This record gives sequence, C-alpha cells and structure tokens, in this order.
Amino acid sequence: MSWLLVLPLLIPLTTGILCLVVASRPAQRVLGLVGALGLLAAAITLLVQVNQRGIQAVQVGNWPAPFGITFVADHLSALMVLITGVVAMVVALYALAEGDQPREQLGYYALCHFLLFGVNGAFLTGDLFNLYVWFEVLLLSSFVLMILGGSKAQLMGGVKYFAVSLLSSILFLVAVGLLYGATGALNMADLATRVGSVAPGLLSALAMLFLGAFGLKAAVFPFFFWLPASYPAPPVMISALFAGLLTKVGVYALIRVFTLLFTQDTAFTHTVLLWVAGLTLLLGVLLALAQGELKRLLSFQLVSHIGYMLMGLGILSPLALAGSVFYALNHMIVIAALFLLAGLLQRLQGTTVLVRMGGLYQSHPWLAVLFLLPAFSLAGLPPFSGFWAKFTLVAAGLQAGQYAIVTVALLVGLLTLLSMGLVFAEAFWKNPPKPFSPSATPPGLVLPVALLALLTLGIGLWAEPLLGLSQAAAQELLEPSRYIEAVLGVSR
Amino acid sequence: MNTLILKTTSRFLFTLLLLLSVFLLLRGHNEPGGGFIGALVAVGAYALFALAHGLSAARKLLPLPPLRLVGWGLLVALVSALVAFFLDKPLMTGVWFSLFGVKIGTPVIFDIGVYLTVFGALLSAIFGLEETADRTPEEAS
Repeated sequence: MSWLLVLPLLIPLTTGILCLVVASRPAQRVLGLVGALGLLAAAITLLVQVNQRGIQAVQVGNWPAPFGITFVADHLSALMVLITGVVAMVVALYALAEGDQPREQLGYYALCHFLLFGVNGAFLTGDLFNLYVWFEVLLLSSFVLMILGGSKAQLMGGVKYFAVSLLSSILFLVAVGLLYGATGALNMADLATRVGSVAPGLLSALAMLFLGAFGLKAAVFPFFFWLPASYPAPPVMISALFAGLLTKVGVYALIRVFTLLFTQDTAFTHTVLLWVAGLTLLLGVLLALAQGELKRLLSFQLVSHIGYMLMGLGILSPLALAGSVFYALNHMIVIAALFLLAGLLQRLQGTTVLVRMGGLYQSHPWLAVLFLLPAFSLAGLPPFSGFWAKFTLVAAGLQAGQYAIVTVALLVGLLTLLSMGLVFAEAFWKNPPKPFSPSATPPGLVLPVALLALLTLGIGLWAEPLLGLSQAAAQELLEPSRYIEAVLGVSR
Repeated sequence: MNTLILKTTSRFLFTLLLLLSVFLLLRGHNEPGGGFIGALVAVGAYALFALAHGLSAARKLLPLPPLRLVGWGLLVALVSALVAFFLDKPLMTGVWFSLFGVKIGTPVIFDIGVYLTVFGALLSAIFGLEETADRTPEEAS
C-alpha cells in the first residue's frame, strides 16, 4: 500500500530521468506517452484505495511522523492527482501529434514529467516545508518549459513569471519559518494539533502571509497580473499544461491550509477569502471581455474562475467545499481543452488575434461544436460538468446566506457566456477578413481536445460519482481529526 | 589562456583535485563532505583544465556529455531509493549490506547519484558560459 501512494511521484520521476538518459527522440516520445498513461493508471488505483480504506499515509525513509517525510492521500489529494493524470495524458497526446522537433530535442518530455513530479508531490505531501520544496521542483521545471525554444515573447513572459514566482517563494518560506517559530512543527498534521496554542492575532497574520504566498501562485486578486502576461507566450502544449495544473496547485494549497490550519478565526480569514474570491471573479471576467487575443482572453478566464474555487473555501460548509473541489477538477479539464483548442485554431489560421480570425464555422463545423462544449461548460450551462460545479457552489452560498457572492457568481457566469459567445462570433461565425484556404485538421490534434470535451460532457451527464467523491473530500477537510489520525497514528 | 605555467600545473592539479573530490565524496558518509561538495571540487578540476587547455580538450576527458551525466546521476539516486522495495519497507529507507567485506549502504549510493547530478549540471553551465565567452571575440572581429 505504501508504494501505491508514492507511485504518482515515482512514475513521472522515472520517466523524466529515462528521457534524460535516452538520447533518441522517438524513444523519448514513446516514454512521454507511456509515463503519462502509467501515471493515470496509478492515480486511478490510488483513488480507489483511498475511497475504500480512507486516508492513507506513508513515512518515506521509514522515520516516524512528525519527523519523517510524510505523504498523505485523502480524497482531495487523490482526486487532484487523478485529474493531473488525465491532463498529462491528453497533453502528451497533443504534443506527440504536434511534433515540435526543436523543443522535443531540448528535453520537452523530460521537463514535462519533472513538472508532473513536482505537481503530484505538492498534492501528496503532508509536510509544510516539503510543500515548499515541491513548489520549487515544479517551478524550476516550469521556468525552463516557459522559455523552451527561446522565442522573444517567451523570454519576456518568462522574466515576469520568474520574478513573481520567486517573490511568492520567498513569502512562502518566510511564512513557514514564522509558523515554525510559533509552533515548533512543520508536519501539517502535527501543526494542526498545535496551532490552537498560538495567539489568535499572530495566527491571522500568518494566515494572511500564506494567502499572499499561495494567492500569487494561484493568481487571485490582486496578484493575477503576471498570469496573462506569461501564459500565452509558450506553445499550447506547454501553456495548456500550465493552465490546467499550476494555478490549481496554489488553490489546493489554499484549500489545505485554510481547512486544516487556519480555522480559528474564520470570521476574519474566510471573509477575506470571500472578498478575494468575488474581486477575482469580477475583475478576471471583465478583463477577459476586453481582450482581443484568444490566449490572453483564456488566461483572464482562467484567473476569473479561480474565484469560484475560493468562494467555496470562503463559505466553508460541506456543500461549498465539495463545490470548490468539484469546480477545481472540472476547471482543470475545461481550461486545458480550451487552451489546446486555441493552439489548434492558431495552426489553422496562423493567428490567435480575434479580429484577424473568422470563417471557421463554414470550413470546420465540427471544430466549432468542439469549441462550444468546453466553452459552455466554462460558462456553466447544463448538461456540462461546469453546470454542476456552479450549481453546487450557488446552492451552498444560498444555504449559508452569502447572497452577495452568489450574485457575483451568477453574474460572472453570464459574463463568461458573453465572452465565449464573442470568441465564437469572431473566430467561427463572422466572414474571414481575408480569404484563407481551409486546411484539414490533423486528427491527432483533434483527438485530445475531443477527449476532454467528451469528458466534461460525460461528467455533466453522470455527475453523481465525481460529486460524491468531492463530497467525501469535503467531509474529510472539515474533520481534520481524521487526517491527523491517519498521519500521527491513533494514539494522539 | 595560453601560459606555460598554468598548462603544466593544471595537469597535476587536475588529477589531484579529482582524487580529492572522490575522497570528499566517500568521507561524507560520516564526516563533513559528501556528494555535493565532492562534485564541486571535480567541476573545479574540469573548469581549470578547460581554462588551460581549451574547451574541446576538457570535453574529450568526459565519458558522456554533461547533461547526460545528470540523467545517470538521477538514475543512480532513484535506484538507491528503490532498494527498500525489495525489503518491503517504505521508499528511501536506508539499507546496509556488505559487498566483498566492505559495508555499503544505500545512502552512499544516493550520494554518488548526487555527485554525478551536481557534476553534470554545473559542468554544462560552465561549458555553456565558456562557449559564449569563446565566441564573443570572433563575433566582434
């Protein structure tokens, strides 16, 4: 059992190392796909185990908690790892079909798997300082991926991304250091038993430091400026991976610390979270409406919808947390699909500037349908997964009497629909500004997008299993004693 | 850099430094030292050799390109972490065994992996910088 828990780490690590050792490009391509498939299989097995036997913990190196290196898988971690596996596999398929030879030779597959290694490590670790280390693992890989190939736009975006990530890392490290000074613990389960003795004012200050550190990574208000400046720069086989996974790691970390550690003064901390959520939602979508370039527009949509996940965390009821978890999972799938589609459109029309696009509905009607599936899901229309995610959150908000945030959430849903409608009208509906010769879409590039689109439709039509798992995750989050018991043993 | 003194001494120093780096690597098991610091000394040896005899001469002394060495180093470290699997212990548990009368533990193997990784990573950075430094005068002329 203990080995099943570390498999989502070992598989990407081994794949990444083998890609470094093996020089030949075809072998790396095969390894890239096999590694992603293996990760997906391991993630499914892990989720099944967690669902049957409850929270699983392992002490790597065989030193007992709270001194050893702890990995914990509860429903939240296992679900996040599972969707990471899905996104990884789909992006690997896309990269294989794209066949970007220069970037593949520079080590694209190795870097991707080191990135996945870091992401899964962050989801599974049970130690706050190790969380910092995993952030560094994924950041280092993402720095190189961001500038891989070295185009001017990539370097410009890379500098901003690097500076902001470094700032957030420093904040995180300072916060961890102060928390360690106040409690003398780093293991999250151990911390949870000790934070009660910290002065409430100090604890709230620490909570805000963590909110700053993770908020920068998750790109929430007022820290989201860096994301639209950097994510559109690299090719989509890189930016789709970033959009799907990286901000969600920040969201995951926020959910973890604000349910496990900082629950003493929720009237203050979680009200701040609600404000942050509301402002992120509104500003993100308004800025998205003002964009004339598809990838930038999607980046602002990405920012905006992070707000939904924080909204559930801010309300902090079982249903709201389940909504947050469900939204994060749904959003990983949907936004990765939209980014991959943006790459597909760029290939067909040579640009992603909306004014210069057009006529795709006439030349590729099926592609238009393929765009509408994730676009409607993002806006929260039934019968897609996005509908259930928003429905859960709104229902939870009404139950808790948080009418302001519910109004914002519904309004942002409408504005998202408007923004997606504008993209459809510009890129697909209107006549092309200059006639273009419609080329056939390579089926290898359509397949990954179609898989994700069908997944969001499938989850929407048959939402019960994933919703049930999200509710189980929320239950565990609201009862930290189960987490603590799994890590530290029954005696405490 | 074309000086007779540096060229002559660097040959002796190269060997000595490499010996010192292996000494540091193995000493690190119980005393100050270890794979990281050992690799730094070895990188110093190669950097000195490259300064004295040129980049291509230094490259010829390497069995593999530096970045490939990073891969092998990581692989060695990974294998040392996986040994525990066969004893039904959690990942990375330290395991000790004796080989021809010499006691060896997985931490040493892990350290050798660290040595190779740090060596390859730093050397590829230094070679990369030297390459651009070599190229600049040609481009200027």
